[in-house]
Amino acid sequence: MDPLFLLIQVLNGVQYGLLLFLIASGLTLVFGILNVINLAHGSFYMIGAYLAYALTLKTGNLWLSIALGLPVAVLIGLAVERLMIRPLYSRDHLYQVLLTYGLILVFNELQSVIFGNDVHGVPVPAMLQYSIPLTENLSYPVYRLAVSAICLVMVAVMYFVIQKTRLGMSIRAGSVNREMVQSLGINIKLLYAIVFAIGAGLAALAGMIAAPLSSVYPGLGEHVLIVCFVIVVIGGIGSIRGAFIAALLIGLADTFGKVLVPDFASVATYALMAAVLLWRPQGLFGRA
Amino acid sequence: MSEQRITLALAVVGVIVLALLPQFADRYYIQLFTRIMVMAIFAMSLGLLVSGAGLVSFGHAAFFGLGAYTLALIGAKEAASVWIALPLAIACTAVAALAIGALAVRTSGIYFIMLTLAFAQMFFFLFNDWKALGGSDGLYVAARPTVEIFGERLLNLNNRPTLFYVVLGALVLVYLLIGVLMRAPFGKVVDGIRVNEHRMRALGYNTYRYKLVAFVIAGAIAGLAGFLYATQNTYVNPALMGWRESGLVLMMVILGGMRSRLGPVVGAFALVLIEDVFQGITERWLLLVGLFVIAVVLLLPNGLAGLLARLQPKKAVADG
Repeated sequence: MDPLFLLIQVLNGVQYGLLLFLIASGLTLVFGILNVINLAHGSFYMIGAYLAYALTLKTGNLWLSIALGLPVAVLIGLAVERLMIRPLYSRDHLYQVLLTYGLILVFNELQSVIFGNDVHGVPVPAMLQYSIPLTENLSYPVYRLAVSAICLVMVAVMYFVIQKTRLGMSIRAGSVNREMVQSLGINIKLLYAIVFAIGAGLAALAGMIAAPLSSVYPGLGEHVLIVCFVIVVIGGIGSIRGAFIAALLIGLADTFGKVLVPDFASVATYALMAAVLLWRPQGLFGRA
Repeated sequence: MSEQRITLALAVVGVIVLALLPQFADRYYIQLFTRIMVMAIFAMSLGLLVSGAGLVSFGHAAFFGLGAYTLALIGAKEAASVWIALPLAIACTAVAALAIGALAVRTSGIYFIMLTLAFAQMFFFLFNDWKALGGSDGLYVAARPTVEIFGERLLNLNNRPTLFYVVLGALVLVYLLIGVLMRAPFGKVVDGIRVNEHRMRALGYNTYRYKLVAFVIAGAIAGLAGFLYATQNTYVNPALMGWRESGLVLMMVILGGMRSRLGPVVGAFALVLIEDVFQGITERWLLLVGLFVIAVVLLLPNGLAGLLARLQPKKAVADG
């Protein structure tokens, strides 16, 4: 294989993986700390993408749209947590699966009522509308690099928040022993709400920055959701580090799968998962 | 009356009403109720896993779809014999369930939910992406399977009432089979695993093997339901294996309530009929289904059966 072509595929794979990590990290946090299965997590990705579409149509600027849209997505996340998820903390996973399944149906129908079922595009911001020429007919779009950069910044921020701040300390403690955190006087309800909102915000952000790369279409949250489930399983439930490594693995497997075995690219992801689980049933970084 | 007696009475009345249905219902309702009964068989197979062994599978549609696809692949050119197609469909799904179950049953809780979901998606994409298996367009069944003995036609499945009665018979058989299974020592062990797996292991039971067997049986029955689905609709597509279908059948199990063996059947009837009503009201019926699902989870912790139990006098519940 041509090394430049290989480089492009690696860049694409890493970019896709980083984007998936933004979504999967929220999912794994909600699993690990709230002990809740949130099938509607993909809906926040969709909400982000459609907010980016609607707001850039109005404002003409993607960055401004992100600044305006992100608080909206976080507020929706807070409302969902308060009204629907909170009553389910003490109930079986079964009910969480069902309720969030119902939420997906509701969000999808609302999307179709508000925006219709057409495929929409979001323009790449003017300042990033370049491609870096690699050879005569190969080039790499700057916006993809920018997406990777934004994701890396978010990874750094998350690492800092979780490892170095008081909030992060509570989050880490909460994932190990909830009762203890509670009895130490930390407001666990507030902590849960914050974690859920952060997860919703990260997924929405991913949807926003991915909007110019892939078009905005109905049901786009669902494919991403299932892939993120696989990432969370491979990484080990509740492990951010595991999610990071698994996301990159899946990003690369998917990209190279599409190049090498185009007919079965989607199966590659799940085959990877099966292989990892045969070796480590609790995932790469999961606690047994 | 004890709760068991009420369940039995309800089941008998239900079967009698259903048996009389083709006498006065029109074509639409015969088809609708055939579809509902197929879904009820499917829901019962999942109920065996969820309320029997306590294994919440979110990928059960994979087996339903596989059963349907087996018939579609055998009967793509000409009508298949039911004596070949049906055992093959059940065998294929059982083998698939054995392979998936061997991995999935090692885990529990969230991991089991997500693993089954992921494996079902693997099947979905395999059938969705592979052109030889019909791809995303799906496959047509050339003709409904033939039921012949020594060349004599026993039943004509193209006849709607006949198919209706065949599916009703399958429903009753599966209901009785699961009843026998759960009353047998096997059922008692599986029950014990749901309540306290550690204790069952301490008692010397190989819980892994029991859970795996339950998973395979549930998969095979789902395959039977899928076979019947393909027989009725003569068309299959990958969406049958999709996670929406898995969610739908899980909804049926929970809606019916998990304390009763009749629960999944009640859930299947309720949900498909509700969908039918919503579809008549608005094009946005999925929105109503979604809101309905949310309302059931938040307001009816024990499903519709729980609602019935609440209506009964307190003593009757205490007897159950």
